[in-house]
Amino acid sequence: MILAEGLRCVFGAREREALSMLRAGESRTAIMERTGTVVALDDVGLRVDEGELLVVMGLSGSGKSTLLRCLNRLVTPSSGSIRVAGQDVMAMGSRELRRFRRRTFGMVFQHFALLAHRTVLQNVEFGLEIQGVARRERRRAAEQALDLVGLAGWEDKRPGQLSGGMKQRAGLARALAADASILLMDEAFGALDPLIRHDMQAELVALQRRLRKTIVFVSHDLDEAVALGGRIALMMDGAIVQDGTAESILAAPATPYVKRFVAHIDVSSVLRVATLADRSATPPRGSWPVLQGDMTLREALPLLAEGPDGLAVQDEAGRTIGVLSRRAALAALARQPLKEEPAWPSLSPASRSPSYATASSIG
Amino acid sequence: MGGLTGALQAAPPLLLIAVAAVLAWRAAGWRLGLLTACGLLFLWDLGLWTPMLATLVLVVLSTLAAVLVGLPLGIAAALSRRVWRLTSPCLDLMQTMPSFVYLIPAIPFFGLGAVSACFATVVFAAPPTVRLTALGILQVPHDVTEAADAFGCTAWQKLVKVQLPNALPTIMAGINQTIMLALSMVVIAAMIGAGGLGREVWTAIQRLETGRGCQAGIAIAVLAVILDRVTNAMARRMQAA
Repeated sequence: MILAEGLRCVFGAREREALSMLRAGESRTAIMERTGTVVALDDVGLRVDEGELLVVMGLSGSGKSTLLRCLNRLVTPSSGSIRVAGQDVMAMGSRELRRFRRRTFGMVFQHFALLAHRTVLQNVEFGLEIQGVARRERRRAAEQALDLVGLAGWEDKRPGQLSGGMKQRAGLARALAADASILLMDEAFGALDPLIRHDMQAELVALQRRLRKTIVFVSHDLDEAVALGGRIALMMDGAIVQDGTAESILAAPATPYVKRFVAHIDVSSVLRVATLADRSATPPRGSWPVLQGDMTLREALPLLAEGPDGLAVQDEAGRTIGVLSRRAALAALARQPLKEEPAWPSLSPASRSPSYATASSIG
Repeated sequence: MGGLTGALQAAPPLLLIAVAAVLAWRAAGWRLGLLTACGLLFLWDLGLWTPMLATLVLVVLSTLAAVLVGLPLGIAAALSRRVWRLTSPCLDLMQTMPSFVYLIPAIPFFGLGAVSACFATVVFAAPPTVRLTALGILQVPHDVTEAADAFGCTAWQKLVKVQLPNALPTIMAGINQTIMLALSMVVIAAMIGAGGLGREVWTAIQRLETGRGCQAGIAIAVLAVILDRVTNAMARRMQAA
């Protein structure tokens, strides 16, 4: 588990002065003007549970990469506390810190950061080699890791011979090979083509399910954050402005900034069927497909398009919890509140128009 | 130095040429092997074989000494700002000072001859190795060194496994420049009694023998081309490997 509290991080010569200004509540611009010091993090707290995937989101300059680097102290925060797996990271000396990084962290970089003079296998072995693991053993671990990321058979190639996606697979394998419990991923898929990026996102999610790593993933792409499916911490100007699932952030954006941020998100891959289901309606009779509550709207759409309007929604235990109508789905896609007017299968006879009546009597 | 020169001179020239050509071929490809063979045969034909060997030994030993001093200094300069601030002006001075000047303090210490020449050559030729070693290490991409830290490298592991291999092409370019500068010092070093092709030139100047001077000059140029191309090709191969 990662638990960070009150992280402040300023870069510049007059660190102390900037810190006291920061504590006094001065703005980042004021501090920049007065001391020429950049405030990268301003009182950030973070908690990541074991086996959880947290996406730290934000635009460039929001402090997300600095936050990530604070966790393994590639950047030492100016103040605050960091505890990882029960150990106080801030109190560690350089030797202790080195051992801690080797055991605990694997890191993946935006531009891969592979060693050009080594083969893929030697790159993947790097972490274990640093730890002094015997050649045969680290080779086995590296081959396993390469297998895991789908790069078996490429052991003897050089990074320069690989495509971007394959380079990052190698980068991921390097981070996995040492069997560290936490993966730090810094815009790991940011340099990849969109198609490859989607593949890698899906594979990372699958890997995470299998290996149960704790992952902190930094990204500037909200759709990526949604695709990875974990909790999202949204950063702005060195602070976390909102922290929650994509759905909860979309439902209740904490600030106008967050609202703007989620304005262009693909709603259908965020909203869950259970949230949209009308809990008072009764499901249609007959053997129609049933929606699972944890499905995204996108997954439910093809089923909705086929069956009668209104499909039953079940929870994990298989109990029917409500009905999702096409109208509710469309309104959600259009980001409109569903108006009170009921959908037509359950229309009251009084308001039913003659043409509908004819149609239904014929049907 | 004398011993090495003597040993080389005792060996049959054709054998040495063959060995050199094969070495160049193995290190840098058949074209350069051929170039080496032709160039050396030409020098032998000019009757400049013996002075060429003396020059070669001077250049190689000076370069070796320059690299032995320059490489660690360059690494230190790259890793410590303070060392860099201290070194940089010294290098500027070493490079801009007329190279004759180094001969003067060398003489009282080492006397006239090859050792003084070697000392002056090292001072004159070392700066590119220092500079380009530092530059090469400083230019290693930030995320690569960061990755080394993230995986828990010690400073030494980072240097040996990450920084030096990444900087190698630049370092090799520096060593190549050092060799070239050492060669260019050869004629000047002849003024304090270093033998070799420099002395040929120096004698030719004093006696106004244009032909002899040209021959020796061309010989130096041929040697320079061979050394330059072979070391360059070696650097390229290291980069590709």
